[in-house]
Amino acid sequence: MDKAMTRRSFLKTGSLVIAAATVANSTELFNASQVYGSAEMPFKPHAFLEIRADDTVVVWVGQTNLGQGTHTGLAMVIADELDASWGNVQVKMALAADPFKDPVWHAQLTGGSTSFRHRWDLLRSVGAAARQMLLEAAAQQWGLNAGECKASEGKIIHPDGRSLRYGQLVETAGKRAVPVNPQLKNPAAHTIIGTQKARLDIPDKVQGKTVYGFDFTLPGMCVAVVARPPRYGAVPEAYNADAAMAVKGVIKVIPLEERIAVCAENTYAAMRGRNALDLKWSEGSHPNLSDEMIAAVFTDSLKKKGADAGKKGGVDQALATASQTLQQEYSLPYLSHGQVEPINCTAHVEKDRCRIWIPTQMQTATQMTASSLTGLPIENVEVMTLPAGGGFGLRGEQDPVVDSVLLSQALDRPVKVIWTREDDFIHGYFRPANRSRVQAGLDEHGQIICWDHTIAAPSVMSRVMPHAVVDGIDPDAVSGVSDMVYTFANHAVHYVMVNLPVTVGWWRSVGFSSNIFAVESFMDELAHAAGKDPVLFRLAHMEKGSRSYDVLALLAEKGGWNTPVPAGRARGVAVSACFESFAAHMAEVSVGENGNVKVHRVVCALDCGTAIYPDAIKAQAEAGVVMGLSAAFHEQVSFAKGGVKTANYDDYPVLTMSDVPEVEVFIAKNDFKAGGVGEPVLPSVAPAVANAIFKASGIRLRELPFRKDLLKQG
Amino acid sequence: MFALTVNGTRQQVDVAPDTPLLWVLRDNLGITSVKYSCGIAECGMCTVLIDGTARRSCVVPIEEVDGSAITTIEGLPDDHPVKIAWIEKQVPQCGYCQPGIMLQTVDFLSRVPHPSETEINNAMDDVICRCGSHPRIRKAIRMAAKITASQGG
Ligand code: FES
Ligand code: FES
Repeated sequence: MDKAMTRRSFLKTGSLVIAAATVANSTELFNASQVYGSAEMPFKPHAFLEIRADDTVVVWVGQTNLGQGTHTGLAMVIADELDASWGNVQVKMALAADPFKDPVWHAQLTGGSTSFRHRWDLLRSVGAAARQMLLEAAAQQWGLNAGECKASEGKIIHPDGRSLRYGQLVETAGKRAVPVNPQLKNPAAHTIIGTQKARLDIPDKVQGKTVYGFDFTLPGMCVAVVARPPRYGAVPEAYNADAAMAVKGVIKVIPLEERIAVCAENTYAAMRGRNALDLKWSEGSHPNLSDEMIAAVFTDSLKKKGADAGKKGGVDQALATASQTLQQEYSLPYLSHGQVEPINCTAHVEKDRCRIWIPTQMQTATQMTASSLTGLPIENVEVMTLPAGGGFGLRGEQDPVVDSVLLSQALDRPVKVIWTREDDFIHGYFRPANRSRVQAGLDEHGQIICWDHTIAAPSVMSRVMPHAVVDGIDPDAVSGVSDMVYTFANHAVHYVMVNLPVTVGWWRSVGFSSNIFAVESFMDELAHAAGKDPVLFRLAHMEKGSRSYDVLALLAEKGGWNTPVPAGRARGVAVSACFESFAAHMAEVSVGENGNVKVHRVVCALDCGTAIYPDAIKAQAEAGVVMGLSAAFHEQVSFAKGGVKTANYDDYPVLTMSDVPEVEVFIAKNDFKAGGVGEPVLPSVAPAVANAIFKASGIRLRELPFRKDLLKQG
Repeated sequence: MFALTVNGTRQQVDVAPDTPLLWVLRDNLGITSVKYSCGIAECGMCTVLIDGTARRSCVVPIEEVDGSAITTIEGLPDDHPVKIAWIEKQVPQCGYCQPGIMLQTVDFLSRVPHPSETEINNAMDDVICRCGSHPRIRKAIRMAAKITASQGG
């Protein structure tokens, strides 16, 4: 009772308000495997933190482990404010619960690079509150004021040098009121934030012990592979359930609306059973859908005026006075996430509860889906988030949740639904393709006086957050254009929503990943037209001393923009800002006579505010370069005969080792609020390379993936 | 009935002769460190050592390897040079691709103990890591080679 009261008062104020008071047992509702088990918890001042009598500090997290290092980073923030001994810190994945909801978006999810930027004060407060309680507990025991004692390395230290370990204090500290406004450290006093730590999840990953969603198993579980329409709008017309049942290990064939599930004792039997179905599908809703048809739709769309997504000054008047005008079009394809672990979900629906094990990026949505299907209250839907083999935005989709819940109900046993690689490509939620036209005018000094930008792209938000689409404008689809790092006196943005049956979804760095290619390529074209240095030209259009200005300057300095370029190579740059962080890239390339481009070196400068976990930030920045190059050179989803043609990695090559350049990462040093990392490090990669290719060859590539044939002709 | 020695333990499985080794290991023997991702020998995530040679188990029918010795990542000692290097260089992101890549590295280094940069790139050019851990894989391979050399191996 006491505890509940104190917890409530702690949570009532300020940024802590999101955490609910019902969390005492919420992380312990069930024990999916011994990994998630936990002993007694005498001191748990907040759902995020538990300190045990043996000194173990357990940081409970609600963020999905997609490999981004966030679990360790979250623990670093709490442990730092707690003055914990790092060696005693463990991280555990919590069951989905209110306290783990994003304090800004009010849902539990991992996306938008929010793990830190939306929890910066909250995380620190949790550690600081616990530290204060431990200080007070020790002080009381010694008959001192808390201010006379010091916390350090998991101990409270008496002025005379004696000390008590946190583990010795958990009982008394747990009886104290949780402070409402704990004193946060001055950034200069951080001892863990900003230091090099080994990622806590890496040893298990190296030893092969990590259990991903695809690997998860339960006693009595069966595995289901679901035949889904190969074309948009298609339905099954005929299938041979007997042939599927004849496959050894197949338990049952269950139709689910336009899908047919084959449930089996194991994965391989389910896959073989599905192949045996010999399904005949209807033609579907858009039998003419193909790459050519899609291209034509985009060409038509770009001719339209579109909705007004931003207006400043008078672009037309400015254009009329410009001493030079320039207009270009840019084009990007649909992209698949290509995350290596295919989609999956395990569900067990029982009379009073539904349990789900899933590598999801959206726990709350998963709970809601299962709740609406089963009629069970949300509290009775337990979601355990399993480690994910990549996600990149895809893992919030609910299809596998729906199917596993329905099948578990039908079979009255746990069911794991798995997608094959082909399912993953064919039923993807792609990064929207994007076509844009940009027109700008330069004055006689070569300064941009106006920028007019029309974007034709499908809308992700119309499907996932329709209320955010106002007056025909999807804010994501125009991101990076309506909110540029540059300021122009005259600026207009138009958005043409492209409506096609192709399903689109969030893909790492979302709208920015497409639009920045156009913006930063065109900036380069304008610099060239103005006869200016690409870095100086960009800086001349930014507010001096702004963080984007500084990050570009940092890139130029650290990357050696002004140093001689090795023979045969050329350099290009690009810059962008998103998710409260600022990134710039410099690429160094050479272009062979056969049109082969070699990217020798990519330098990334990043300002993500307080750099909590530098090595994980560096890893993400390296990864952003690899994924950005992969999209620039290779990736494109193809369509034919009313559906997706791309079916496996052989149709969708991704960047591999010999094309991965040397990557250098420079992180700006400051103590601003932590910004995003996973996404901001991507958008400026492709344009930096395109700009370097132009410098090297004189040929401007305005289409992704890059077309080698254009370089050859040159 | 087929017989395998998996990480030193003899196992017998009763499956159809064309069953891919990947599914025998995962479904029948419960060894889930061997990953499925493409099923068509494109990605390298299902790689295991078969009598010491790295092969993609998704396209190896069990009948072809009857009687063979299979090594998965658990079969390498915890302090194997490749594992030490992978931890030291903080290679994995999601980690799903890594057991396969590490086993391919073991095979590679056994054939090319002192690889050049180009040899590393070529040897690792047929595996997928969607997370983009490549720069660190390269570093870890160099380190593993060094450790192995210093152990006189
Ligand atoms: S699953 Fe075997 S190579 Fe991809
Ligand atoms: S670490 Fe995720 S695919 Fe390689």
